[in-house]
Amino acid sequence: MADRLTPYRVLLASRVRSQVTYGRSFALDVLGSASVGIVEFAEVYIIFANVDALGGLDFAGVAMVFALANLAFALADLAVGHLDQLPTYLRTGTLDAFLLRPLPVLAQLVTSDISLRRLGRAAVALAILGIVLPLNDIDWTGARIALLFVAPLAGAAIFAALFVIAGAVQFWLVEGAEFTAAFTYGGSYAASFPASVFAVPMRVLFTFVVPAAFVAYLPTLVLLDQPGPGGLPQWLGWCAPLAAAGIWLVAVLGWRAGLRHYTGAGS
Amino acid sequence: MIISVKDLRREFVVRTPTGRLRRSRIIVHAVDGLSFDIAPGSSVGYIGANGAGKSTTIKMLTGILVPTSGTVRTCGLHPVRGRRALARRIGVVFGQRSQLWWDLPLRQSYRTLAAIHRLPAKEWSARQAELVERLDLASFLDTPVRQLSLGQRIRGEIAAALLHSPELLILDEPTIGLDVLSKERLRVFLAEQRVAHGTTLLLTTHDMDDVQRLCDRILVVDHGRLAYDGSLPGLVARVGAARVLTLDLNKPSPPLTGIRFTRLVDVEPDGLRQRLAFSPHETTAAAVLAEVGKRTDVRDLTIEEPDIEDVVRRLYLASPPPPR
Repeated sequence: MADRLTPYRVLLASRVRSQVTYGRSFALDVLGSASVGIVEFAEVYIIFANVDALGGLDFAGVAMVFALANLAFALADLAVGHLDQLPTYLRTGTLDAFLLRPLPVLAQLVTSDISLRRLGRAAVALAILGIVLPLNDIDWTGARIALLFVAPLAGAAIFAALFVIAGAVQFWLVEGAEFTAAFTYGGSYAASFPASVFAVPMRVLFTFVVPAAFVAYLPTLVLLDQPGPGGLPQWLGWCAPLAAAGIWLVAVLGWRAGLRHYTGAGS
Repeated sequence: MIISVKDLRREFVVRTPTGRLRRSRIIVHAVDGLSFDIAPGSSVGYIGANGAGKSTTIKMLTGILVPTSGTVRTCGLHPVRGRRALARRIGVVFGQRSQLWWDLPLRQSYRTLAAIHRLPAKEWSARQAELVERLDLASFLDTPVRQLSLGQRIRGEIAAALLHSPELLILDEPTIGLDVLSKERLRVFLAEQRVAHGTTLLLTTHDMDDVQRLCDRILVVDHGRLAYDGSLPGLVARVGAARVLTLDLNKPSPPLTGIRFTRLVDVEPDGLRQRLAFSPHETTAAAVLAEVGKRTDVRDLTIEEPDIEDVVRRLYLASPPPPR
């Protein structure tokens, strides 16, 4: 197994090396990414300067949703955020080069880049999580502690799958990056607020079509032992890994169809 | 047979807007019923005009593109279904597209490729040493690819394609844009690899010298169909391609007509520069020159080889494609 992963480790190592070569510019990139996280959190803060509760959660609860969602998104963006650049890969012939190597194309594409600067945003999310966790009234059980660790990983997997789907769609759309960004970045935005603030159709869309609510809101309900809004019972919070598995199935099938379309249609 | 192609076809649908909402569909037959076999160890030049279907064929041979109909077997494998197994056995170089990592030096690219192909450390380091030596890469092995000159980069690309010792090397216009010396070195290297490792070569090119120096067989493709399959002298004989001798004369002279085995191509108005075409099978440049010397004083001369576009154009003219 370890041997099977060697090519990817070497590929990633070469990417990491090329990014940290220029120390100062890398530091600025990380700082820039961190500021994005801080500015977004400021938005939550400003909302709570005017209201006491949002979608049934108090400030600490909403901040926890925000931190979990941001952590998950930053991890996914770090690992596979470059997938929506697929049109560039198609234009420059990089995808043809991938097809000429004895590895699966999606695995090569995923490991063809890693955006370490997004560590900045992940660090901000982690810091906020560290601050707001003690402010919440959580009855810590073994299962809830496990969920605290599983939720960001499942959430990252959900966002990663959304990026793969966004990439797959680019095989058909010539310049569709804007369209698919609505689902990836839009999904991230939706995930960082309690799903209960949305009207029912939006709530259903961002739970069962784009499973953004599974990233942070539903696990937060479990952690705080709060009932869910209409249509979203609390136990769904335990199902984040299932939601991730489901969306990954869609992502892999979509990717295969996209690649088949590409080799069928040519360029 | 290392490559076997039977009745291969590939169509593309091209949509062009014809009105505000309407689009017309045109079906382009990029490859239109190709059949050929290539024996292991041979060296084949695949030539044709731009848009004749060369790159489309190569993409189908390597599994990048699915044929519309017909069969392709490369190294006995179905190129699309057996893509990953095939990738271990062939090397492909696109002269105009890089397969290297632009921000990595060659040394690291090769290390990465060796990992991708899961080559045992001993095997690939010996192979790399051989390639570095034969292609003279040592002086820029640690320079990022983006800083290499075109000639250096192509050499780097070819070494990358050969690192896993493929039995078949496919080169799509490998010498395009290279200077004369670089071209020549590349040809010497490729011929050497063929002798040393029995590597089968398939190359597309616009350069007659590439074909002359490297290929023992040529396939000419025209409008997606095979227009010629045979040796280069056979092709030249068939289309009567000629060398052109350009003569700069010391004094204005009457047109040099009637010199044996030559054809006067053109005379510049004052008769100071004249061009004669001849076939190297019938006469030699020296014989022509001797005969011209009897009539006038030659100051300078150049000889142009028939270029491939010209040969192909003549072939196309000789056998116009049947209307479909």
